Amino acid sequence: MKPGRMMRLGGLVRKEWLQVIRDPSSLAIALVLPLVLLFIFGYGVSLDAKNVPLAIVIEKSGDKSNAFAASFFNSPYFQPRLMSSIQEAEELMKRAQVQGIVWLRDNFDADYLSRSSPPIGVIVNGVDANTARLVDGYIQGIWFGWLERQLEVRGESLKPPLQLEQRIWYNPEVRSTDYLVPGVVAVVMTLIGSLLTALVIAREWERGTMETLLVTRISVFELLAGKLIPYFVLGMAGFFISLAMSYFLFAVPIRGSLILLLAVSALFLLVALGMGLAISTVFRSQFVAALVSLVVTFLPAFLLSGFIFDIRSMPLIIQAITRLIAARYYVSMLQTLFLVGNVGSILLINSLYLLAMALFFLGLTYLKTGKQLD
Amino acid sequence: MHKRHEQVIVAKSLGKRFTRAHEDVRALAGFNLSVAPGQVTGLIGPDGAGKTTFMRLCAGLLTPTSGELQVLGLDTVQQTLEVQGLIGYMPQRFGLYEDLSVRENMDLFANLHGVPPAERPARYQRLMEMSGMEPFGKRLAGKLSGGMKQKLGLMCTLVRSPRLLLLDEPTVGVDPVSRRELWQIVYRLVEEDGVSVLLSTAYLDEAERCAEVALIHRGAILGQAGPAHFRSQMQGRTWLLRSRAMSRRRLQMQLLKVPEVLDALGQGPAVRVVGREGISLDQQQFPGLEDLVMEPTAPRFEDFFLAALRDKAEHDAAVPAAMSLEMGQAAPRPATAATSKQTQFSDSSTDADSAIIRADKLVRRFGSFVAVDQVSFQVGRGEIFGLLGANGAGKTTTFRMLCGLLPISSGSCTVAGVNLRSAASAARAKIGYMAQKFSLYGNLSVMHNLRFFSSAYGLSGKRRSERIQWALNSFALSPFAHVSSQMLPLGYKQRLALAVALMHGPEVLFLDEPTSGVDPLARREFWQQINQVAEQGVTVLITTHFMEEAEYCDRLVIMAEGRVLAEGTPEFMKKEYGGKDGAAEASMEDAFIGLIKMHQETEAQA
Amino acid sequence: MIARIYALILKEFLALFLDKSSRMAIIVPPIIQLFVFGYAATFDLNKVRLAILNEDSGAVSRELISRFQGNPTFDIVAHLQSEHGIAAMIDHEKTLMVLRIDNACSRQAVRGESCSVQVLIDGRNSNTAMLALNYVRAIVTDFNEELMARQNLGLPARLAVRAWFNPNLESRWFIVPGIIALLGMIVTLVVTALSVAREREDGTFDQLLVTPMRPWEVMVGKSLPGLLVGLFEVSLIIALTVYWFKIPLHGSLLTLYPALVIYLLSVIGVGLMISSFSTTLQQALLGSILFIVPAVTLSGFTTPIANMPLWMQHLTIINPMRYFLIVVRRVFLEGTEIRFLVHEIWPMAVIAVCTLSLATWLFRHRLH
Repeated sequence: MKPGRMMRLGGLVRKEWLQVIRDPSSLAIALVLPLVLLFIFGYGVSLDAKNVPLAIVIEKSGDKSNAFAASFFNSPYFQPRLMSSIQEAEELMKRAQVQGIVWLRDNFDADYLSRSSPPIGVIVNGVDANTARLVDGYIQGIWFGWLERQLEVRGESLKPPLQLEQRIWYNPEVRSTDYLVPGVVAVVMTLIGSLLTALVIAREWERGTMETLLVTRISVFELLAGKLIPYFVLGMAGFFISLAMSYFLFAVPIRGSLILLLAVSALFLLVALGMGLAISTVFRSQFVAALVSLVVTFLPAFLLSGFIFDIRSMPLIIQAITRLIAARYYVSMLQTLFLVGNVGSILLINSLYLLAMALFFLGLTYLKTGKQLD
Repeated sequence: MHKRHEQVIVAKSLGKRFTRAHEDVRALAGFNLSVAPGQVTGLIGPDGAGKTTFMRLCAGLLTPTSGELQVLGLDTVQQTLEVQGLIGYMPQRFGLYEDLSVRENMDLFANLHGVPPAERPARYQRLMEMSGMEPFGKRLAGKLSGGMKQKLGLMCTLVRSPRLLLLDEPTVGVDPVSRRELWQIVYRLVEEDGVSVLLSTAYLDEAERCAEVALIHRGAILGQAGPAHFRSQMQGRTWLLRSRAMSRRRLQMQLLKVPEVLDALGQGPAVRVVGREGISLDQQQFPGLEDLVMEPTAPRFEDFFLAALRDKAEHDAAVPAAMSLEMGQAAPRPATAATSKQTQFSDSSTDADSAIIRADKLVRRFGSFVAVDQVSFQVGRGEIFGLLGANGAGKTTTFRMLCGLLPISSGSCTVAGVNLRSAASAARAKIGYMAQKFSLYGNLSVMHNLRFFSSAYGLSGKRRSERIQWALNSFALSPFAHVSSQMLPLGYKQRLALAVALMHGPEVLFLDEPTSGVDPLARREFWQQINQVAEQGVTVLITTHFMEEAEYCDRLVIMAEGRVLAEGTPEFMKKEYGGKDGAAEASMEDAFIGLIKMHQETEAQA
Repeated sequence: MIARIYALILKEFLALFLDKSSRMAIIVPPIIQLFVFGYAATFDLNKVRLAILNEDSGAVSRELISRFQGNPTFDIVAHLQSEHGIAAMIDHEKTLMVLRIDNACSRQAVRGESCSVQVLIDGRNSNTAMLALNYVRAIVTDFNEELMARQNLGLPARLAVRAWFNPNLESRWFIVPGIIALLGMIVTLVVTALSVAREREDGTFDQLLVTPMRPWEVMVGKSLPGLLVGLFEVSLIIALTVYWFKIPLHGSLLTLYPALVIYLLSVIGVGLMISSFSTTLQQALLGSILFIVPAVTLSGFTTPIANMPLWMQHLTIINPMRYFLIVVRRVFLEGTEIRFLVHEIWPMAVIAVCTLSLATWLFRHRLH
């Protein structure tokens, strides 16, 4: 270790820390932002369709049609409204007051077991295709369940040759919260990490403090370490808040090891901080740095990380682009560590990618921060 | 011990090029300089001459493109860290951490410079005592006044004793009191510690305080000698002229038209004239000025600077020959009316009826802090009225209230007969405003700026195009019409800003520290334009830090802590507060400092 | 007065578009974002990784597997020999699901007994899991029907579901019109929120305020460029949506544009409010982020508002994007007429009036 390095580093860290404490905006970014974002995302983003408004048209009231309609009232997925004509229902659908129509024709009671021309029609609003598919699945489920019960009552059984038995691993209740919340943690960490540091080096250039720092005996390494250490601590504090909220508020299970969770989060935080520092160093203006970090962090982390949209479903070229988004590796590891456990191969590969990115961003910052002004 | 007689900086045919916006800029070329140890050497030159570049080269922050540079016998490129370990460098904008306290800033730099903790208390003690900052150790740097910030910057540079101190324009934007204190610190360092100092400055009076001065222009040294040597070269070329028949300002303008006159400048009731080289001035050269009294006066360093640079830059410094404002309806008073008023201005008060700016018990509070406290004054038509004060004295706040940018807490003010509060839009049509910092649209061209502001001021049709043409012609901006305004040289930015402020023929012109950071040549030029404007009946209200500029005002007020300490003509101020008991002529700076000291003493007693 | 406002608008445009980098910053990122997000943001599955563990040697299982092989949605990555490797394959994301057929399956099926087919699926992403299961179920049900028809047996009819407005249930049809609302908001907000702050920081705002312009003239002069830039940008994106992404535009642009103008005005109001609060560009930018993030999340852009807790649904009524999203999607896919959209348009109008007048008030208030 070079002489005086600890003293210089200590001085820098202390300075940065004092600045953080005195400038409420850094503290807000690190501590309040995760709280608010996790709250908004945790509650606001859900793919589980519930209480879908549905029109049930019963053209001719009868035992069977009424009984079938009743099964919709018992389902948590639907908020059914009974009506007697399809015209009325279609009108409601056009006004977007119902998301789907189940239409029991006048011969429903007589012909419900018919194979050829079913006396029942289902229309869904396809605008939100994802919800429409889920609604479709739910309606099919209710229909088969009801049929089975009818047949049982008659002493028959509905026996298809192949019976599908499904086992959903890791998330048997298919709560979308369980996989969205880890993704939210990744988005939040991306935002914290890059916003915290995106401005700090640009700020030194803008306020002229960089010139005074450069003329001292400080080395570039010390300069960067002095920036990284305090914000790393702050970012980890943000992570603990996110973690606590995921576990206690949103009841997401943590099946992997807590230590590994910490380790990969620390690694990701390094990438995010490094990205912020690199942006800040390359642009040297707080304004441009903030704008760039917004463009390259929030929306990509939101849409391209696999947090909501499954990367496996994207076109190949877009999948290739997502390889550049650090958050995708972190999302994948978080989902695994929260829901599955310690899966060596996933953690290893993704960690390696993150490590490479951390080295790239920090290296870029190191090279771009010469001890020269031009 | 190092050999003390050795030169501390030796630059040999030093060159430095930059690439800025795809253009090759030559900042230094064939630059030769050697700086002697144990004294203060001044680096003096106009903006863009290369002062800052040279400082940065010495500090190892830039690499020279060609030539050789040795600092304390070390090569700045090969031995950068060693050099940085021995020097102290204070950049022009010393980057203090404003959210850290005075003490914390000092601790940071002590850590960065590796000052052992054991040595710190004694060192801090000495620095605090030298700078008089002891009571403020816990105050945040951001809450210090401009002068104190500079002192703190110097203290942070001095946390360890450097052998060479590089100070890049340390006194820019600093009030005279703090300036004097900064200089005292520098002198003590030289005398007690034997530190060598290289200092660049735009204040020419500071050149006289240096042991040796190097004059730098366009990246090369024009000359290097003691200030007295430069002064002596101007022997016999400086006179004081006065005329009873003509106001000082008119006289000055007349004199400037005389080809033999290199420079004419208001000083007290007289005009100070510098003649061209080799030409002896006498009465006969000024026909029509029968009662002209002419007496030789001692040359100053400034005269040499001006002479040297004006010869060099004659063509681009060309002052627009005859600037006519063609006021039109907006300012109905013809020039003659203004002149006849002019004579009255030698009295220290103004006829209340003709007052065009009237401030009556102005108060401005920010929360519980009273920034401006019961400020009253009146300014007459065609007067140049100065607002002086240390940093934080409340002059900018007063200024902003007068031009309607800041609401008044209590009191009242009228500008050109209109109350700013009730008829803001109407009042604003009658004023022109020029901010301290260049504040036109930088990415728009000169032409676009002129077009936009002319429309914003409600000009249209033929009048609009006439005024735009006028602005381009009178301020010699035509060649730059399509250059984006941020690319203009500083002096031209200034002209453009003034053109915009005068576009609509205002009755009152507000200038907020219009010349801060501008080199002496451009400042001269600017004042000539202001004089012409005032001569045509426009009232000018100006704030400034430059004490010599205070001399150009007809009347002025000096403010401190939100209150007006004194009001009167420059002569009155100098006589009253200069403290020289009539022996030698006191300078405006003496008057200013005297007044502030007096105020502080009465405060202390109370 | 008109001349002054016109001059201000002209100046804003010059400032935005004269400078090459600022011109690029306004035009290029939204287009790139449209393309990347337009293709990335999809819930539709394709090439779902499937591994098969077939312990049966009969014809039924072979036939079932061939159905999966013939289906483009699935990509069979492995034929497993024992259940040993299942867990590892799913854990390591080598496959999304495993289809397991018991050894007696064909025999049982021929005998008319039920044979159970197991699907083990990775539930990490529950949405993907659910959708993939739906696909599997559809294939198995089809196959069952055919088997039973061969034996002249029959099941009661499966429900034929018709989807209105988006017959193939392509989620791109849902997302891409949403991007119109998203990018329209971001561009307009950033342009307006930053313009005043930038002038404050450059000191040009003072220069503007000492001219005889009245505060409301300045407001109008600052709003209109934002509106025009927003309209231009959105029109460009609409054109790409229709001609590149081939999203059907069933409704009329005459319905869309009035709503768009009101939407942009409400966003401009927010932008100007942020502007009046902030003294530096940085604060303005932070303010914009603090508005954009919740506004996007709580708008129904990616996930339906109906899925949120009730209290949060109530919170979304102050979010202009929520309304415009409904308008743009319905106009595009449903061809809804303006009279059915009144309930979306009036709240936006109220928001626009509120934010714009609040911004004007703040603006005056900060001056006086």
